[in-house]
Formats: sequence, structure tokens, C-alpha cells
Amino acid sequence: MNISPAKVFFASFLVQNILLMRYIGLCPFFGVSTRISTSFGMGLAVIFVMLLATLITYPIYHFFLLPLNLEFLRTASFILVIASLVQFVEMFLKKSYRQLYNALGIYLPLITTNCAILGTTFLVIDYRFHLLNTIIFAFGTGLGFMLVIILFAAIREKLDYAPISNSFKGYPIAFIAASLVSLAFLGFANLFGASL
Amino acid sequence: MRFRYFWNGIILENPVLILMIGLCPTLATSISARDALGMGIAASFVLIFSNIFVSAIRKIVPENIRIPVFIIIISTFVTIVDYILQAYQPDMYKVLGVFVPLIVVNCIILGRAEAFAYHHGIFDSFLDGLGKSIGFTLVIFIMGAIREILAQGTFFGVKIMPEAFINNSLLFMIFPPGGFLLIGILKAIVNKLFLNR
Repeated sequence: MNISPAKVFFASFLVQNILLMRYIGLCPFFGVSTRISTSFGMGLAVIFVMLLATLITYPIYHFFLLPLNLEFLRTASFILVIASLVQFVEMFLKKSYRQLYNALGIYLPLITTNCAILGTTFLVIDYRFHLLNTIIFAFGTGLGFMLVIILFAAIREKLDYAPISNSFKGYPIAFIAASLVSLAFLGFANLFGASL
Repeated sequence: MRFRYFWNGIILENPVLILMIGLCPTLATSISARDALGMGIAASFVLIFSNIFVSAIRKIVPENIRIPVFIIIISTFVTIVDYILQAYQPDMYKVLGVFVPLIVVNCIILGRAEAFAYHHGIFDSFLDGLGKSIGFTLVIFIMGAIREILAQGTFFGVKIMPEAFINNSLLFMIFPPGGFLLIGILKAIVNKLFLNR
């Protein structure tokens, strides 16, 4: 698909935000987003792994699976490649970049089989992006994930002190807050004509 | 006695509304009753068969490599469902889109393989898979039906609401905010009724 990189960026970052508009990656979204600091670390780790995962699965699909007519192995091969890649990265960071590992380390295993990562690698193939758009889409999606998870953590920190009836405490009020945030994101529809 | 494995999954250990896992497909594909049912059946097929297979080979799979083995088994069934839907239900496949291959990372399926099927017999694992599947399909179907009725005034594509309602329907229910709002209210009702909160 031939589409300008700027449009791809705004579509993946805001207009079709992965969490609020596409509903991919909700489990860590509701699980982790209780504090701003943890959300920030989680967001950085997601951007990092998302770029890495799309960069490795793109050549696998286009130079290996497609020429050999093995498209049906996409699901199985992608998840194994991503899972083992993240394991390697974790070991490498632990050994060589201790500081970075302390910041991101605990989130890496959490997001290995996160649907946000796998979903993005599938989407770039379904949209038939070329390599530049693939990288921009992965970065924009990761940035969108980070923005929303931090915004949402800020709301949930306030919710802790709000008087809420017992049956709505915890998940239900978090869902309703998410509903309002996503209503705001609907306002980005057609921003700069960006839509995929 | 063994049938409690079956009943547990439907209400007391309902994967979506009690355990709060598998949220992405529940919210994303419950935009109409038909699509919700399709997603429920697709995920159920994968869950039941992966439970049976994991249970069947549990004695010969070494503990260290069990997770990759589970993932291979699950992704095999996901690929089967993916291609069947593409061939026989192309319209539904277009709506469900990326969520069909994403069944492979659905926490319900890997979670049941790890927590139940790896330690129990084939028949028990089948019952457990069936119960959890029905629990999941029930929630996603109820949500799909409510969202379709409120947003479009139809049920399985058949008009059931008066014309005046359809002209002023709650269209936002079909968009993401409606999905979040509905599951929040459902979860609060479940909290009140079954968890006594």
C-alpha cells in the first residue's frame, strides 16, 4: 500500500490508537496502568520490543515465507521468533547494559506474548507496507500505547481516592474511565486525513 | 463430581467477567450478535482441541519446554480456524480481521493449557475447555447482542426495534467507547450478584 509516512504515523499514533480504537493489548493495559512510573517503563519496553519484533518478522515473511509459499506458518513462526528474540534481548541486556535492564527488565517477559506486539506484526503485513512505513507504524503504535497507558494511569491514581460504590470499585470504574478516554480519542477521527 | 470442571467455567470462573482475561477479542468483535458468535465459536474450537491435545501428550512433554510446545499446538489449531473462516465465511473474516490469528495469544487458552490440561486427564480437560468456552462465548454473545440492538435496532440483522428507535439509535455503542462502557456495567452487575460486593 502506497501511503505517506506522515499519515501512517498519525493513524497509528492517534486516529487508530492500538489500545482505545483497535482494542489490542488490553490485558497489560488494565493490569499495569495503576501507577504512572510503572506505566512509563512498560511503555518504553513496548516501543522497544515492537520495533525489534517488526524489524525481524518483516524480512522473515517477505524473504522466506512468501517465496516458499509458506504463508500458513505465519502465526506459528512469528510467535516463536518473537518469544525467543525477547529472551535473547533480555539476557543480552542483563549482561551488557545493566542500567537499561533494571529499567525495562521486569516488563520484557510480560510483553513477550502480548497481543499488541504480535498484532502489530500481523497488521503491517495485512496492510502491505514497505519497510519505511513498517518502521514508522511500529514506532507510532508503540508511542500511542505509551501515551494512553500513562494518561490512563494518571486517571486511575485519582480514582483511588474517589468515593465509588463497592460494586464499581476496581475494574468496572476503570472500564468506564477507559470509555470516556476513548470517546475523546474518537475526536481524532480523520485528523490530517490519516486513516488506514 | 467431575462436572464441576464444566460448570465452574460458565459462572464462578467465567474467563471474561470473573478472571478478567481475554478482554481484547471480547470488546473488539462484539459489534454484532453474528460476529460475536463467530468469534466465540472460533476461540472455543481452539480452546477445546488444544486442551485435549495438551492433556494427551502431557506425560511425554518435558517440563522445561512445555510453553513452546503449547504454543505450537495452539497455533496449529488457530491456523486451521483462520483458513476455514477465510474459505467459508469471508465476510465475517473481514470483520474479525487480525483477531483470528491473535487467538494464539489469548490468555484464556494458554492459561488453561498451563493451569489445567497439563495436570489433568483427557476427559476432565475436555470438560474444562467446554465450560470455559461456553462462559466466554456467552459473555461475548450477550455483549454483541446488546450492542447490535442499541446501535442498529437489529438482532442477527433482523429489525426488532420500532422505526423511531432506529432513527435515533445509540450509535456510539458500536464504537470503542460503547464496548468499554458496556463491559464496565456488566462487570459491576456480576460483582453485585455473584461476588457480593
